[in-house]
Amino acid sequence: MITAFLLRSLDRKIIVAIAVLLALAVFVPASNLLLPEDSPLHVPTYLVALFGKYLTYALLALALDLVWGYCGILSLGHGAFFALGGYAMGMYLMRQIGPRGVYGDAILPDFMVFLNWKELPWFWYGFDQFWFAALMVVVVPGLLAFVFGWFAFRSRVNGVYLSIITQAMTYALLLAFFRNDMGFGGNNGLTDFKDILGFNIQAGGTRAALFAASAIMLALSLLVASGIVRSKFGKVLVGIRDAESRVRFLGFRVEHMKLFTFVVSAMMAGIAGALYVPQVGIINPGEFAPANSIEVVIWTAVGGRATLIGPIIGAVLVNGGKTIFTGLFPEFWLFALGALFVAVTLFLPKGIVGTISGYIASRREYRKAASAKPVPIDAEPQAAE
Amino acid sequence: MNEKKPKSLLYLDGVSVSFDGFRALNSLSFVVEPGELRAIIGPNGAGKTTMMDIITGKTRPDEGEVFFNGDIDLTKKDEADIAQLGIGRKFQKPTVFESHTVWDNLELALNRKRGVFATLFYTMTAEDKARIEEILETIRLTHRKDELAAYLSHGQKQWLEIGMLLAQEPKLLLVDEPVAGMTDAETAETAMLLKEIAKSRSVVVVEHDMGFIRDLGVKVTCLAEGSVLAEGSIDFVSSDPKVIENYLGR
Repeated sequence: MITAFLLRSLDRKIIVAIAVLLALAVFVPASNLLLPEDSPLHVPTYLVALFGKYLTYALLALALDLVWGYCGILSLGHGAFFALGGYAMGMYLMRQIGPRGVYGDAILPDFMVFLNWKELPWFWYGFDQFWFAALMVVVVPGLLAFVFGWFAFRSRVNGVYLSIITQAMTYALLLAFFRNDMGFGGNNGLTDFKDILGFNIQAGGTRAALFAASAIMLALSLLVASGIVRSKFGKVLVGIRDAESRVRFLGFRVEHMKLFTFVVSAMMAGIAGALYVPQVGIINPGEFAPANSIEVVIWTAVGGRATLIGPIIGAVLVNGGKTIFTGLFPEFWLFALGALFVAVTLFLPKGIVGTISGYIASRREYRKAASAKPVPIDAEPQAAE
Repeated sequence: MNEKKPKSLLYLDGVSVSFDGFRALNSLSFVVEPGELRAIIGPNGAGKTTMMDIITGKTRPDEGEVFFNGDIDLTKKDEADIAQLGIGRKFQKPTVFESHTVWDNLELALNRKRGVFATLFYTMTAEDKARIEEILETIRLTHRKDELAAYLSHGQKQWLEIGMLLAQEPKLLLVDEPVAGMTDAETAETAMLLKEIAKSRSVVVVEHDMGFIRDLGVKVTCLAEGSVLAEGSIDFVSSDPKVIENYLGR
């Protein structure tokens, strides 16, 4: 059963994408660690960390594509799941600091000592264990998505109303996490991390390993997402996107389908956040900002929604552009991002990958029409549709 | 009336529903027997579509009883439950999954387990394949099975939707204006198709096209202002003075 599910998930594009990701996971760390610094193939450590960050963004965009591209749920709050995953990882990293903090308290993180707290709040228990934190990375975003989706989808909140409440959700969390008495470091968030699993978080080897972990998690998530969208379930999702009432009258429980997809997507976003935090070294309430969630939508739209690979490409390209652009003209970045979104909506409504595969498909049709003898329709399913 | 309940397939009694003060259905009573093909006519706003909404669980009645298959109370169920009980519905505007192929449209409609995990790990069996091929044959779309439904003509979309309902294996089919926008040839073929379908299940057809109703040659119910005006053969109904005044005369 599982094997059939996984085998179905592999088509040529997905195999290529996974192979590229796994190759990156091996070669980038290897070139960073093994090649001498003056070698032309050497990847400097700052680039490893930068691209590792892009890969976590790509995973977040992939998660959004699953709900938006395939199920038609335009979530403007996916940054919240990303940030929650990030906080879960941040809490683990805080507790690894131990007595090396400024105040030298073996148990309490610095900000708690500063606030005069006498003991650890209950929700910080367990985060000294990596396995517990890793579990919370998926459980907390998944649980929030479950509760949120349970009410929203049962009440049949759809379209722009759903988008607005997802936005409200992330904004509410932003305000909550800003408060010092929430116990998550308030305005400053969690930072000054030292170790992860006993390795120095600043060390080149750790950074390379985090990069490899990000690439592998992205490849795995791509495999799972592809399995989902290629199954009959995935076809039902597209049906919900295009004609929800028809799906209902065929006897499917639309709210269960949406809920499942939303929860899986939130878990992926949580994993992305957990990989992001050790690579950038900080998590603060700013990650909940509504603008962050909207940026994810832009990455996905630029790459091409309902293509799975598109959002990955979109996330890397837009963020690469952002890094370069903010270096050159920092004050104009938001204008450039807005212009990009308008341009993509007007001229590339299917995004980069959607447009390219549409072009290839039409070429194939053209060649088929040109050749006189009838050829059976190419059985290879289009990822785009 | 109550003693008819146990053996009728669909039983509506005294059903009323209002939207913002407008009474869409006014104490409507209506019975469909197993294996029956029934046509429903009536002017715009007579409550035909509202009646279908009530039967399929989209709208809840303010008062009245709706029973299916004897004693299943439909007013307590939602769309998915009712579809799984065996009531299929065709919309007025053809509603198919445009970005899926004709084949996938039928695969989705097939009466199989519809849960999250059942669909996630579903693999097509030879039996399901044969069933889809059979339906493709019936709706005359075998040669276009791998094309996207978006590329079908209007009439073919209507047939595909009827095919999806067949795949659902319903006991009762509700069909809303199946020949709207069809050519005469397509209309005649659709009448044949529906008669064929009605051999093994009950069908309720809402239609404006009197020629089509005549082709079907079945019992006709005329609705007006939310209740039944007349019921009987097409000749009987169309000679009823109330029907002429309310509907045909217009």
